[in-house]
Amino acid sequence: MKYIDEFRDGDLARGIAARIAAEVRPDRRYHFMEFCGGHTHAISRYGVADLLPPQIRLIHGPGCPVCVLPIGRIDLAIRLVLEHQVTLATYGDCLRVPASDGLSLLKAKARGARIAMIYSAADALELARRQPAGQVVFFAIGFETTTPPTALVIRQAAAERIANFSVICNHVLTPSAITSILESPEVRSFGTVPLDGFIGPAHVSTVIGSAPYEHFAQEYAKPVVIAGFEPLDVMQAILMLVRQVNEGRAEVENEFTRAVTRDGNLKAQALVSEVFELRRSFEWRGLGEVPYSALAIRAEYAAFDAERRFALETKKVADNKACECGAILRGVKHPRDCRIFGTVCTPENPVGSCMVSSEGACAAHYTYGRFREIAAPAA
Amino acid sequence: MTAMDDARGKPVKAGYVRPLDFKHGRVDMTHGGGGRAMKQLIEQLFAVAFDNEFLAQGNDMARVPLPPGRVVMATDSHVITPLFFPGGDIGSLSVHGTVNDVAMAGAAPVYLAAGFILEEGFPLDRLRRIVESMARAAREANVAIVTGDTKVVEQGKGDGVFITTTGIGVVEDGIDIGGARARPGDAILLSGFVGDHGMTIMSTRESLAFGADLQSDTAALHGLVAAMLAPVRDAMLADPARGLHALRDPTRGGLATLLNEIAGQSGVGMLIEEAAIPVRPQVEAACEFLGLDPLYVANEGKLVAFVAPQDAEVVLAAMRAHPLGANAARIGTVTADPHHFVQMATRFGGRRVVDWLTGEQLPRIC
Amino acid sequence: MCLALPVRVVEIGTGDAAIVDLGGIRKEISLALVEDVAVGDFVILHVGYALTRLDREEAERTLALFAEAGVRPQ
Repeated sequence: MKYIDEFRDGDLARGIAARIAAEVRPDRRYHFMEFCGGHTHAISRYGVADLLPPQIRLIHGPGCPVCVLPIGRIDLAIRLVLEHQVTLATYGDCLRVPASDGLSLLKAKARGARIAMIYSAADALELARRQPAGQVVFFAIGFETTTPPTALVIRQAAAERIANFSVICNHVLTPSAITSILESPEVRSFGTVPLDGFIGPAHVSTVIGSAPYEHFAQEYAKPVVIAGFEPLDVMQAILMLVRQVNEGRAEVENEFTRAVTRDGNLKAQALVSEVFELRRSFEWRGLGEVPYSALAIRAEYAAFDAERRFALETKKVADNKACECGAILRGVKHPRDCRIFGTVCTPENPVGSCMVSSEGACAAHYTYGRFREIAAPAA
Repeated sequence: MTAMDDARGKPVKAGYVRPLDFKHGRVDMTHGGGGRAMKQLIEQLFAVAFDNEFLAQGNDMARVPLPPGRVVMATDSHVITPLFFPGGDIGSLSVHGTVNDVAMAGAAPVYLAAGFILEEGFPLDRLRRIVESMARAAREANVAIVTGDTKVVEQGKGDGVFITTTGIGVVEDGIDIGGARARPGDAILLSGFVGDHGMTIMSTRESLAFGADLQSDTAALHGLVAAMLAPVRDAMLADPARGLHALRDPTRGGLATLLNEIAGQSGVGMLIEEAAIPVRPQVEAACEFLGLDPLYVANEGKLVAFVAPQDAEVVLAAMRAHPLGANAARIGTVTADPHHFVQMATRFGGRRVVDWLTGEQLPRIC
Repeated sequence: MCLALPVRVVEIGTGDAAIVDLGGIRKEISLALVEDVAVGDFVILHVGYALTRLDREEAERTLALFAEAGVRPQ
């Protein structure tokens, strides 16, 4: 597969790994947060951590939109399908998220709720076209990568007057998440962020461009390197971050030049502004209320806002007291520091957001990292 | 004209029974009622297609002779949707699935029983296609479908047709192949490309439609197993530590699930090489599209063998010489590991654990 | 939030529709979020939509950077 296989080449990996090992200062630690679920996945799936020197520690940030979706929002969707005769169209990622009363969308389906798993926002709209007699509600989630497609289908629904279609909008914004990490309580108490730099998200950046990260580099003096999606991209970005830290620089650099420009996709950005506006505040699971971090559907398109159409109210639901997801998402604790990790909280029975999706820090550690910490005899 | 003549004036043959209308007919509740309609369905469809002396006797059971050895029995239920897909259908699948389960004991399958749950309204022409496909698969596998059962459920209570097959076979005394017998040092051999069946099914489902030349790999594997046993049979009879220790076919949950199952049953660990696992480029691409891992995708015509190290080469050669094992490869080695981890050396150079599947593998966007 | 793939455009249809190819698998997608895409171009695909065109020169440059990282003297 072109532009995929070449970026997974093992020989090149060894070369970059050697370079990183040569350039890290033996006496210091480098803590880099990778923000994108896709990066978490790539690091885990390819065993990138094995190729890095021990001075480098990678922290999984809140880059998984499923993980940061509050229980209350899933409850809202479950209530909608169980109480009204609607078909809920949702991405596969959301189906197993555990919500209140031991339910999930998948379990609601088992109780008779009409839930359709879709691959694309366009599929949700098509469903509505094909069953004009029934209501179709699209449960939209995602960061800036997934938001433009939702904007498109809302605009299309308006143009085609598809009256039986509406959207529950859970779209969230990347820069807000990064800010909330940089301004977390740990920062206030320690006066310093236990982070040396960020591996910037790949595909979010194709849409928003590299410009929005310049603020973080300047305000907080933290380097950001936007990295492509493949494991070689991640390693190269780590090398670039190591160099910035060694040289005392805090800039925005772009490793993913084949897909990311400074301005990003202006057409997509304009489309998003046309359909959505900022919510004053939105709850992020594990991070609490974050101001100006999420989107709502504008008044002009209110007809397609399911929250208005069905008078839906989000009820706040607290996370389990033993859950350490908040601290883990902010990079100050590790999954193994959580009392219930791997015992009460497992991928089969996830208690907190970090275990819910395979990209969550806890799920990734459980599936891929756990074995390193147990002394397993080599083959 | 007499009362016995038909409308055209021709005499109606005595004992005439109107045949089943396969072209336009549909299953209805009488076909499961135990009366004449059901008898007709059995006689005109199942008995004709499966065609053997046991069925012809018309009993609710079959009294069958068995070759010498120990009896191996297995059962499988098939609820697949869609019923027809590139490379096969629920009929051929139901034969292959059970034949393969029996074959994984090193046994030669001999007889099958088939239970059908039909949904009211299911078109008879589709049922006939399925039954004929089963008959063909059974003939090619050299097994006879000797007894069966038919029930009909109301419309809406079944997915067209569900099929349960039970198979019996016979394995030679002294040949002990089972999931608990893998040992540290064993070679792990895989018979060919993984992920074909699951991705073919995905590609025919609505929401994930994309054009591809994928085909299900559904096949009966007992011939391959026999070919693998042949060169090591004598050694195995003389010394149980030799030859084939465990055999299993990776169906739902894919290769990864199979490896974890055996690791648990045998109390061992495993180390496999990603680069050694054969995956077709289209399957890899289809998995990329959906965010799926080929290691967890279903197969219906592949097997994994755990073989004593000194016999690995000769068994692998036997696999490659057989049409169903042409792309066979050694993918790893069994290790001693109290945690029973299945570890994989990735193409990239790092290592990861290939864990149990969590729930059902669902396509991701993220 | 990032399961996106570089795919090759093999056919441009009516409106924003296009057919792309990845490793022999073809899929219909939408070009509504991009402009000036031609057959033969590579685009980054996410949930059925092209997000941007892939700059092939930059891709080659990046690969060269990887190789260089390995050989640069200490």
